[in-house]
Amino acid sequence: MKKHIPVVEKILSANDRLADENRERLDAAGVFAINLMASPGAGKTSLIERTVPKMIEFMRVAVIDGDIATSLDAERASAAGAIAVQINTGGDCHLDAVMMQHALSQLPLKDIDLLIVENVGNLICPAGFRLGTHKSVLVASTPEGSDKPYKYPGMYCGVDALVINKIDLLPYIEFDMTYFRQGVEILNPGLTTFEVSCRTGEGLERWFDWLRITVGTSDRLHMER
Amino acid sequence: MHELAITQSILEIAVRHAEAAHARQITDLYIVVGELSSMIDDSVQFYWDIVSQNTVAEGAKLHFQRIPAEMCCSNCSHRYALKPDQFACPTCGSTASVLMAGQEFYLAAIEVQPSEEMAT
Repeated sequence: MKKHIPVVEKILSANDRLADENRERLDAAGVFAINLMASPGAGKTSLIERTVPKMIEFMRVAVIDGDIATSLDAERASAAGAIAVQINTGGDCHLDAVMMQHALSQLPLKDIDLLIVENVGNLICPAGFRLGTHKSVLVASTPEGSDKPYKYPGMYCGVDALVINKIDLLPYIEFDMTYFRQGVEILNPGLTTFEVSCRTGEGLERWFDWLRITVGTSDRLHMER
Repeated sequence: MHELAITQSILEIAVRHAEAAHARQITDLYIVVGELSSMIDDSVQFYWDIVSQNTVAEGAKLHFQRIPAEMCCSNCSHRYALKPDQFACPTCGSTASVLMAGQEFYLAAIEVQPSEEMAT
């Protein structure tokens, strides 16, 4: 006779446990980490290129670059002044806590205040895999279209901040900001949102300020100790 | 595509619970999948047949329970299904809604054949 055994265990619980360990490691070393997610071409690397030179005035910055292949993004982050580590996922569509753990082992964590993790360009899979970072930030871009929150609600639900990039293109494309932001508001009420252009620099000051304050108030800065 | 890793994770959880119950064979797995979780049933089934080979779960049947994404309107408490063309509350038009369901992704239960000595 068959026996029924209740389980009720999250299928990604192994990843979650490892993500918790990563978090403990980051906290022990005084590192504040953000998980930067977006579709390919939204401007994750461009945002990092803009952000690193600004942040290194105040803190020590490292970047973990997740990509399917090549180290182009890590080179760009490195050129911008960050300590950079590349993870090639070899075809995987997202970073997971195991890859994050390996990348952390390659970084001098004691010498880092802010760690930016650039996830693989994808609006679906990265949302399900916690890495152990403190905040998740989504980069959207206007050419992707204003229907993205409606098509990828899972991603928009779980993030702590949203950067809308390429606003300099608004006069040339059809992007309904009201419709876009309404979708975001329903999925993630009160979400901190920045409208920026990484090309012209417009709107980036607010993002820099938010990041500085968020890292600073996390009480992890080495420099202040 | 990350269904292989997910399938291995399902197997690991199921086998652990079956062993704890001294089961001889896992016959059924009940998996709850929220609409917003990025998982494709067919791919999991495909990998399952491969990864479960030579385990106590070989040949076990996978049952997927899909949970629709459901919103609750903060204004009028109406509950409605989240669809790409229906984000705002269909009753009062409010956009102040809270996501109530749709992000689930867990193994709810397994069914096993007890081992010989456990069988009554």
